[in-house]
Amino acid sequence: MRNPKGGATASPLCTESVFPHCDTASKGGEIKKSPRPLGERVRVRGNLQLWILTFAIFIFALYPSYVFAHVQQGEATGFLTGLRHPISGLDHVLAMVAVGLWGAQLGAPAIWLLPVAFPMVMAMGAMLGLMGLPLPGIEYGIAASAILLGAAVMFEVRPPLAAAAILVGFFAIFHGHAHGTELPPGQSALLYSMGFVMATGCLHAVGIGIGTVHRWSWGQTVLRVAGAVVAMGGIFFMWKAFA
Amino acid sequence: MKHLTFSRLSVYASVVFAVALCPAPARAHLNSTGMGPIYDGLMHFFMSPEDLVPVLALALWVGLRGASYGRRALFVLPGAWLLGGLLGLTASAMNGSPVLSSIWFLLLGGFVAADAKLSLRVATAVATLLGLSHGYLNGTGMGTSGSAAVALLGLVFAVFVLVALSSAFVVRLRVQWARIAVRVAGSWITASGLLLLGWAVRKG
Repeated sequence: MRNPKGGATASPLCTESVFPHCDTASKGGEIKKSPRPLGERVRVRGNLQLWILTFAIFIFALYPSYVFAHVQQGEATGFLTGLRHPISGLDHVLAMVAVGLWGAQLGAPAIWLLPVAFPMVMAMGAMLGLMGLPLPGIEYGIAASAILLGAAVMFEVRPPLAAAAILVGFFAIFHGHAHGTELPPGQSALLYSMGFVMATGCLHAVGIGIGTVHRWSWGQTVLRVAGAVVAMGGIFFMWKAFA
Repeated sequence: MKHLTFSRLSVYASVVFAVALCPAPARAHLNSTGMGPIYDGLMHFFMSPEDLVPVLALALWVGLRGASYGRRALFVLPGAWLLGGLLGLTASAMNGSPVLSSIWFLLLGGFVAADAKLSLRVATAVATLLGLSHGYLNGTGMGTSGSAAVALLGLVFAVFVLVALSSAFVVRLRVQWARIAVRVAGSWITASGLLLLGWAVRKG
């Protein structure tokens, strides 16, 4: 097909509005292509939109509010309270993440045994608290857990698996006793418990996720630094407990 | 391209006009109509964690054990649930005990966490007991009206669907970390059961 001036004719579909990469020259109807092909431009634009969307969702997720979507009274808040409780205390967060970091450092089977042991023993500690059995020095125990678990990550301590599980389980009792018994009145105990356990498990998962950098030499250094940060946080909470 | 003829268009227009002359309320808001007994039962199950979680735990456990266990639970559990529910419909109303719920959480969550290698007969017995006890409690809470039995059918259907989907999902997991993730979920269920037991003891 020729145009009236005898030049090459662009496809009728190849217009600026339909295919922006097709640049039809005014003289002679020559087709010049932009340096980046259409597929790449679409991909780049798609990726950008995906990132913007992800970022927007992330920002919204930082400001949650209650839905109250026709559930029984207090059930949704029970779950949300439980879910939020472990992440509301930095001492708890540090120890949970440290368990994941240590598990990742030690590798299988500790990588999954420690995060499995911790919530179960923690729930046992909470049950002791609910039954009214006193546990002395809870705040010291929680602070000590951050110090010792952080130090274990910092020095890459590799005890036998049973010893690691016992150490983690011992501290889990303190965390459970302190945090598992704080159900606000009128909320579902079951959903509070589920939210609490799930949030704790997710904190372990965060620790394990960060701990996967252990496979690289620079990652091992990063993990040791992270362990030092956790231990320093523990020292701070120990100081606060004494003060 | 084939175009509509004028006569056919007029027929369509007449039909649309006739339908438009007989409007009915849309009832787009379910708070005025309800969802019907089938959906009531179905939604009751999905909104009741004390029923939902033990069934999910059983489905995960039989999924870890293999397809034969999954198939057995798929039919035994809903059947027992229906039977227990029908028995419960004839009984007087009673509330579920949190201690009983926590025991199921502990037992089934423990089975998942430990990947308990129990026989098919034991799995069948556990599924039967779970279905009978929870079905009975559901049945007693539903009253004796005719729609209660239909709601029970919806509930049993929900149990069937959850067991089918969850156990089938786990059966096909071959990668070790994925199976470990399922066991971790089991430990969470056990931990929740422990906490629930603590709350029950404190209340009692």
